Amino acid sequence: MTTYDFIVRNWPELMSLAWQHTVFVSIALAIAIATGVPLGVYLTFNRRLADTVLYLAGIMMTVPSVALFGLMIPVLSVFGHGIGTVPAVIALVLYSQLPILRSTYAAIRSVDPAIIEAGLGIGMTRAQVLFKVQIPMSLGVIFSGVRVAVVMSIGIGAIAAYIGAGGLGQYIFNGITQTYDAMINAGAVAVSAMAILADFMFGRLERTLVSKGLRRD
Amino acid sequence: MIELNHVTKTYPGASQPAVDSVSLTIPEGEICVFIGPSGCGKTTLMRLTNRLIPITSGSISVDGKDIMGLDPIELRRHIGYAIQQVGLFPHMTVRDNIATVPKLLGWARTKIDARVDELLTLVNLEPGTFRDRYPRQLSGGQAQRVGVARAMAADPPIMLMDEPFGAIDPINREVLQDEFLRIQDKLKKTIIFVTHDINEAIKMGQRIALLKEGRLIQTGLPDELLNRPADEFVKSFVGADRVLKRLNLLKVRDAMMTNPVHCRSEDSSEKVLEQMVKNDLAFLIVTDRDQRLLGYVNQYDLRGHKGHAGDVARKLTLTVSPERNLKEALSQMLSYDLGILVVVGEDGRIQGVLNSTTLCSLVGSTYDEHGGHWGRITAAGRIL
Ligand SMILES: Nc1ncnc2c1ncn2[C@@H]1O[C@H](COP(=O)(O)OP(=O)(O)OP(=O)(O)O)[C@@H](O)[C@H]1O
Ligand SMILES: [Mg+2]
Repeated sequence: MTTYDFIVRNWPELMSLAWQHTVFVSIALAIAIATGVPLGVYLTFNRRLADTVLYLAGIMMTVPSVALFGLMIPVLSVFGHGIGTVPAVIALVLYSQLPILRSTYAAIRSVDPAIIEAGLGIGMTRAQVLFKVQIPMSLGVIFSGVRVAVVMSIGIGAIAAYIGAGGLGQYIFNGITQTYDAMINAGAVAVSAMAILADFMFGRLERTLVSKGLRRD
Repeated sequence: MIELNHVTKTYPGASQPAVDSVSLTIPEGEICVFIGPSGCGKTTLMRLTNRLIPITSGSISVDGKDIMGLDPIELRRHIGYAIQQVGLFPHMTVRDNIATVPKLLGWARTKIDARVDELLTLVNLEPGTFRDRYPRQLSGGQAQRVGVARAMAADPPIMLMDEPFGAIDPINREVLQDEFLRIQDKLKKTIIFVTHDINEAIKMGQRIALLKEGRLIQTGLPDELLNRPADEFVKSFVGADRVLKRLNLLKVRDAMMTNPVHCRSEDSSEKVLEQMVKNDLAFLIVTDRDQRLLGYVNQYDLRGHKGHAGDVARKLTLTVSPERNLKEALSQMLSYDLGILVVVGEDGRIQGVLNSTTLCSLVGSTYDEHGGHWGRITAAGRIL
């Protein structure tokens, strides 16, 4: 059976796996953005802490995902969540932190000090400069970090099937154990398609949210 | 009013103070120009004044109140600041940049829009063309003007302007300077204005403060700086052509000789000729009964003429207004190779005569170490 035939015949199941995949990746990203962006912004006010945190986040990235999932099983078992969606989400949040943190931190810091001085000089408070100037100016770069995190999470999310989180990785793992090529391919194609689609959508969102004044053309 | 009292600033880690015990008072409604070589502390003084950086020692007070006792945000909204690097917000349109402070103050939309257009017009940018542009779509000089407009948006009574016209071409710069002075005449803001251009300083400043390596070297009226430079540094800073620069400060009125000899159009030609020969005059101005300029006569035309001097008078097309500055008048004389220029008021009456020889000695003589000679020259009214 060709990959195409497999996809057509198993369309409802594929969709439900895709939905599962979307759900835990989305939850993870929502948490990662909600924590990573504010943390990244905060770090710009605390350079010493910034070095440490970015270093740790960098190390995090070097841990192979399979190993991380494995490592988390005994830890989370204590809370009764050794396998399933919870460890998958936690792992994805940890992986997404680095690109989001690093892009946020770099973007906020790269705002020309003269612009900040101009803002303060005409009587904006520090918070107003942060929220009305620095963050809007940084959105483009923050978005590029988020898009890296999105694409990466969808990919790594496939491995979460290994610890029973379900999702499209299930086809890949099952396909490997059953040496069923069409199933492996269907899982892989679906993961790629999802990543491309998500990246495209975030690109669109970026264009609407980031000021035209920051576009290079 | 801004009062600087032994203001000293040493940046962290610096061995030398960037500003060293500067004391200066800028009276309400005056423009004080800070001028001096790069790195002499001009920008630092401004940042100290609106508390962007803390003062090391000394004190600054604004309108009689020590700035350390004021809320820094309130203080900065009271003081418009156009920074040297312009620093427009790139993600906002020109309108939104200018509207920043009015928005924070909660102005109504219509009031903001009206103010934005008013300010754009003021800085010589057509509102319809520029209002909705982003900073990246502006030239350096245009961006600079938007920066000035932004600093003025909420109409602060005090302005700090760090080289506000630095990136603007000479012609537009002149237009802006004139416009700015015209507005200032009405608004009477207290302004610190930084420039590197001594000519701009002379034009804009009611008072000039010359700084060097953080210290105030000389402060005074523009004329004082040109006329009595405190030391060699000031002398070289104001330039070897400081005498010529002074021409910019003086009006034709200051240098002209009043009551020039002239005749009336109805005087008889014979009489006029006789007087001219007697006084050795080559030309003579002819006026009507009301001292209105009609032209001039020369001895050749009068010779043998029976009638009124007015009949043989030649037209005098090049005259000068008493309000023009001397530089322009001198330039006119040089370009038309004129020995004299008749000064005519708006009503067409002659007010005096400008003569190149006396003009030169006037400007030169005020630099005479032993004192000026205004009296000698203006008294020598008979110049024809
Ligand atoms: N943030 C800073 N930290 C340390 N030193 C500084 C800082 N800002 C300025 N300086 C130093 O203080 C001195 C005065 O600087 P300032 O910017 O006031 O000069 P300026 O007169 O405005 O010069 P320019 O005409 O080039 O703008 C310079 O020697 C400069 O190197
Ligand atoms: Mg400066």
